[in-house]
Amino acid sequence: MKNIAIPVFVGILFGIGLTISGMTNPSKVIGFLNIFGKWDPSLIFVMGGAILISLPTFLLLQKKIPYPFFNKEEGFQKISFKSIDSSLIIGSGLFGIGWGMVGFCPGPSIASLSMLNENALIFFVAMSLGMVIKKII
Amino acid sequence: MNIINFTPIESFTGGVFIGLAVAILFLLRGNFAGISGIYYNLMTFKKSGFLWRLFFIIGLIIGPIILKLFNYQDLGFEVPHTNILLIITGGLLVGYGTQLGSGCTSGHGICGIGRLSIRSITATFTFILTGIITVLLLRFLGFINL
Repeated sequence: MKNIAIPVFVGILFGIGLTISGMTNPSKVIGFLNIFGKWDPSLIFVMGGAILISLPTFLLLQKKIPYPFFNKEEGFQKISFKSIDSSLIIGSGLFGIGWGMVGFCPGPSIASLSMLNENALIFFVAMSLGMVIKKII
Repeated sequence: MNIINFTPIESFTGGVFIGLAVAILFLLRGNFAGISGIYYNLMTFKKSGFLWRLFFIIGLIIGPIILKLFNYQDLGFEVPHTNILLIITGGLLVGYGTQLGSGCTSGHGICGIGRLSIRSITATFTFILTGIITVLLLRFLGFINL
């Protein structure tokens, strides 16, 4: 249940959500970032719809239950209470530059794998490499 | 301001699906659905939690396939350019940046903001800002035509 059924179901929901919302279409993402040109504000609604559910889950529901239903052993994942540091800002800044260059972030990049699009696959390999480079350096 | 291709209903609906995925994973299993972290730990074969990460990523890949089987008409797939150098550089930056900044659009933008984390709100503001500047520059330099 906790290692197969729940994760695969949640992954499917996530993948369906990314596709329906338009996040898997790079041109739509670039359109959202193109606020000084022809702007497509749709992705605000993606974040809005998602936060509408995630906010009450984390702030209200979690307090009502002592541990996750199917994972009493591990409990809820611990949150880092680090303060804002240069890694956070520089890392997020670089991520945004890459996001703006192609229109893919990690979720949609993985969800688009089944399309077998050449450009999407090249991006995915480069992204994986970038993650490993961070680990090595 | 010039607004195009606006799809508030589809985008909101998709967002609710994503929010439900985040909520269900957290309430039933206790994990945050931050995709860059899940994928990174899977790719580097981190022992603890390997199985659930693997099945989450499998689900993420088959979700869109299921939609296709039901002949769902999605919002399409278009690349803004096919400049291979930009695609590779962009991929490297997304991979490196999400690891250095400990999160991406899902981890910071949806889970983190959902917890009202100041770190995540700062991160989200930062990557949207640099994304906007990048698109402006690429348009100015003629790489994309929007």
